[in-house]
This record gives sequence, C-alpha cells and structure tokens, in this order.
Amino acid sequence: MSVRPVPDSVPRRLPRGTARAVALLALLALAPGAPRPASAALEIEVTSGVRDPVPIAIVPFAPSAPADGGLDVAAVVQHDLEGSGRFRALARARMPAKPTRADEIAAGSWKGAGSDYVVVGRVSALGSGELAVDFDLVNALTGARLATQRFVGAPSALRNAAHRVSDVVYQKILGVRGAFATRIAYVAVEGAAPEQHFQLIVADADGANQHLVLESRFPLMSPAWSPDGQYLAYVSFETKHSGVYVQRVKSGERRQVSARAGVNGAPDWSPDGRKLALTLGGGGGNPDIYILDLTTQDLTRLTDDPAIDTEPVWAPDGRSLYFTSDRAGSPQVYQINAQPGAHPKRITFGGTYNARPRVSPDGTQLAMVTLDNAAYRIAVQDLSSGAVRVLSHGRLDESPSFAPNGATLIYSERDGERGVLATVSIDGLTGLRLKAPQGEVREPAWGPFSP
Amino acid sequence: MAENASMRRVIIVLVAAAALTLGGCAAKQPKPAPSAPGETSEPAQGAGAGTASAAAANPDDEGMGPQAGLLATRLVYFDFDSAEIKGAGTDVVAAHAKYLGAHPATRVRLEGHTDERGSREYNIGLGERRAQSVRRALLLQGATDTQISTVSYGEERPAAPGHDEAAWAKNRRVEIVYLTQPLPAKP
Repeated sequence: MSVRPVPDSVPRRLPRGTARAVALLALLALAPGAPRPASAALEIEVTSGVRDPVPIAIVPFAPSAPADGGLDVAAVVQHDLEGSGRFRALARARMPAKPTRADEIAAGSWKGAGSDYVVVGRVSALGSGELAVDFDLVNALTGARLATQRFVGAPSALRNAAHRVSDVVYQKILGVRGAFATRIAYVAVEGAAPEQHFQLIVADADGANQHLVLESRFPLMSPAWSPDGQYLAYVSFETKHSGVYVQRVKSGERRQVSARAGVNGAPDWSPDGRKLALTLGGGGGNPDIYILDLTTQDLTRLTDDPAIDTEPVWAPDGRSLYFTSDRAGSPQVYQINAQPGAHPKRITFGGTYNARPRVSPDGTQLAMVTLDNAAYRIAVQDLSSGAVRVLSHGRLDESPSFAPNGATLIYSERDGERGVLATVSIDGLTGLRLKAPQGEVREPAWGPFSP
Repeated sequence: MAENASMRRVIIVLVAAAALTLGGCAAKQPKPAPSAPGETSEPAQGAGAGTASAAAANPDDEGMGPQAGLLATRLVYFDFDSAEIKGAGTDVVAAHAKYLGAHPATRVRLEGHTDERGSREYNIGLGERRAQSVRRALLLQGATDTQISTVSYGEERPAAPGHDEAAWAKNRRVEIVYLTQPLPAKP
C-alpha cells in the first residue's frame, strides 16, 4: 500500500524549473566555453482519443499545506486520465459540490452534471513526517464505492501517489492496470553533428519529474531497463568506439560491460535480470547476437551468420529471443531459442522491412518498425495468428516500447524537423505526443511497474 | 550544387579540426570542430565508477593526413541499404590504399554512417558493413590490417540535417579519418 519513497537526495534529479540551470552548470564544468541548453519537461498533446470517453469528475483533494508543497493531486490524476484518451473530466467550475469523502457525495447531482464516476480524496500529514493520500472512487449513479485506498509516502513521493490513484481508477473502470506510476527513459539530442549534445533522461511516464542520467557529446543509444527498474543498460560512444554500459539510476554508479572490437550494441535484459542480450561485431565487423552473463562475464554466441543480426529482445519466459536479421536479403524479425547452436525461425513475412522487435509483457504480440506505403511505421503482429496491424501514421516512426500493462506503446516520430515521442494504444484508438521545448527526443524505453 | 558545397564544408571543417589538433590546441577552440580534437571523450557527468578509461590518452586523435589530389577527399558514398563502393568512391579508396601502402606507419579510422531511415541499431550494423567494405578494399590495394580501425555511428551523426533524399545521399557515407599517432616501427 505504501508508496515507494522517492529520495530527494539523488544527485542528478532535476526538479522541473531548475533542470536547465543544473545541467548547464554540469556541462560548463566538462566543456568550458560551450554552453548548451539542456532539456526541460516534455509537453503533452493528446493526438487521438476514443469516440465515447468515460465521463468522470475528479474533485480537488483536501490539501495538507504546507507539507504537500502545493501539489494539486486531483489535477495530476485528471491529467493522467484525460491523457489516456479514454476519459473526459468534468470542469471544476461545473461541479455541483466539492466533497472530499465518499459519504459526502450526493449521487444524483453528479449524474446530472454528466459524470458517471466521481473521485474524491484528501492529503493528510502523518506524525512520521510522511503524507497519506486517501481516495474513493464512486459510481455517480448508484453511489456505490468501487475503490477506497490509502497511499503513504514521503512528501517528495506525493506525485507518484497521485499516479497510483490514476492507476487504480483506470483499472477499476477499464479492467486493465494503469501504467501512470511508471517511468520512461529516453535520449534527448540538441545541435547538429559534430556539435551534438546527448542526454539520457529518466522521467515519469507523463514526461514530468525529469532526472538526467548521463550526458555526452558523443552518441548515446538504446536505453534498456533492468526488470527491477533499478538499472539502465545503454550504448555510449564516449571513447569514439561503441561500448555497452550498465548504470544504477539512483546513484549514477556505472560500469562498462562490453567494449570489444567492432560493434557493441542493442542491450536487452533477460527477464531474470542476470544476463544481457547484445549485438557484437567483432574485429571482422559482422554483427551477431550474444548473451552476456553479468555475474560471470561469460559470453555465449547465439547467431553466426554473415548478415546483420541485431536488436535482440527476450521473450517474457526467457527461453527465446527475437531479433532483426537481413539474412534473407531484407531486414526481418526472427526468433531463436536462448541456446548455443539453435536455429532461428523467421517470424515476419509482410513487406521488405520489419525490424527492432519488442514483445508484449504477456508474450502474445510483437511490436516492430515496418515499411508501410514507403513510410516507416509502428506495427504490431499477433504471434499466434500472424496478423499485422499498423498503428502509427508518421513517415519515420521508430523504437516502439510496450508499457508494462501491455495496453500502450511509446515510440519516436518526426514532427517537422524535430524528433518527438508519441504513444498509441494497442487498439490504435488513443494517442499522445510528448515534445521537448527544443531539440529532439527519441528512443523511449518504458520501465517496469514499480513494486 | 548543394552537395558540392556541403562536401566542401565538411572538408574545410575536417582540415580546421586537424589544424587544431596539430597545433596542440585543446583548451580553446575558436570554431566548432568535429569529434572534439584533444578531448577524446566525455566522461559521464557525475558517474562515479568505471569511467577512467574514457578519459585515457588519445591514440585516436585525428590528424590532417595527406592532401594531394584525391587524397584530400575523405568521403565515400553509398546507395540505400548498400555497402558497395562505386563510382567516384572507387578512385578515392584506391588513392588512400596506395598512400597507406607507401606509408606503413600511418593509421586511419573508417567511420561508417547511414541515413536516418529504419531502426537505429540495424543502421549501426549497416554503417559497420560500409566501413568493412572500405576496409577490405584498402587491404586489397596495399594497406595492412594494423593500419585500419573501424567504427559505425549508424544514423547518429548525420553530415546533412535534412529529411529528404538529398540529405540522405550525403549521410550514407564512410569517412576516412587519418590519426596522428603512428604505428610503432617494426623491430
């Protein structure tokens, strides 16, 4: 029930307003005379929603000043739910009353205002210095309570508690666990080569609460979350050569796990968190798929083919991997058992380009980049029937990543000259766009549920 | 026209960078320079452990290299999803192969690049394939293996910023980068 405390002593945690100043200072220390603006919080725009969103009223929660820091919990919940494209929130000015407890709700008056559901709640300070968020979700027609729950955590975790309220409301009404209290990692880039500035950033799933993980003047690529959400693996060219690194997000402590000759790329954690699948090119320059045991450093070769084999991703059961290969002439997705000497099986057959696979958390769907009408788009293939649906509409869409509830994909697309992040629901009905105020953002990786 | 102008710009910047490197000037850079000569790498900001090697002395510093005739051209271009050296690229590679054969202590780094289309890690593979294609052509025509290293940046470091075929054609390339540190003399 309690909110995992979000420590406020993390060295590179960037509160919204100060992100730029802090990052600038850090940068000045590294590269005198070359200040570059850092990324600020992402702006969200709803690009598509369902035709009949669920009407809901999220009444302002009773505050607990000053411990709550002025955070409007109900506004965060409303932002989450409306951003999903599946809810329409009642404007506060049209609310018939401002109850904060379920027993204060006069059911008939809310239905009359057009809401099917009402969320009420309150923030209170506990003697321990922690804050409690209590909320009720009520059926506006019958007055029945659908959820009553309390989240307790440090004041700095209040925003996370608000996202957890959203998760519960989403689940009770739509039957799918919400993924609002999760995080995304992505790469932000400013400037043109050779004067590029790369940042690896972790943020809440709504783009707020950014935390700078790493910055470099050389490319940063391919962030991948460990299954416990504590570590990121990624590719950095900081030595003018590719290397795969593993970094603890909270402390910033990191280590290089592969900087062998040739390509070192495309890390993906095994479901048990003990191994990384990656792409290694070797001195001969031919990329193949390997498994690196992070404890023993043992390296197991999975593929051996003159084609480009890359972008491995584990199936959720850990027994096989999917990867991209152009062994048949054009990039296609293959599956291979996680055993040396196994033979890959081709999975995609439609069109001339299917690459960068990602598997849904339940193992039934494969998301990938596909060439569709001369445009690169995000598609999902049903792994049992083979049916493919194209979900995005851009020209240069890439890097799909599943939300941990499997209901949504985040990916990157091009909006004019800029790379932005976008989401699309698996049914294709709802979408969002997340933009940086300047520069481009790309390669989003959606983190796991937190405990 | 546009392509020529852009190529010229790339070459001029490369030369400027090389001049900076030769001058030993690392602290103050009056102009933007590619790959930051004199600063091999950017250690992770605040990253406590494991990054010492990132700041190691730089045997990979870029130098000016030979400038006569075709040797001043350091770019080899490719077709979409192809690593085949063709047209003008054939002559460029032949000239560098001949030079490397005659100067066995000289080292080059081949940097493979792609256009922005398709997935990023696949493009790393494709850029590596292009760099290896140039490497093999250099070896066939007189260079030796120890003189050549390769790296693929895929689509991460475009030479042209646009999102059309004109930009893509300039970005599908291998850059031949001469390094300052010679190979040790053979015993």
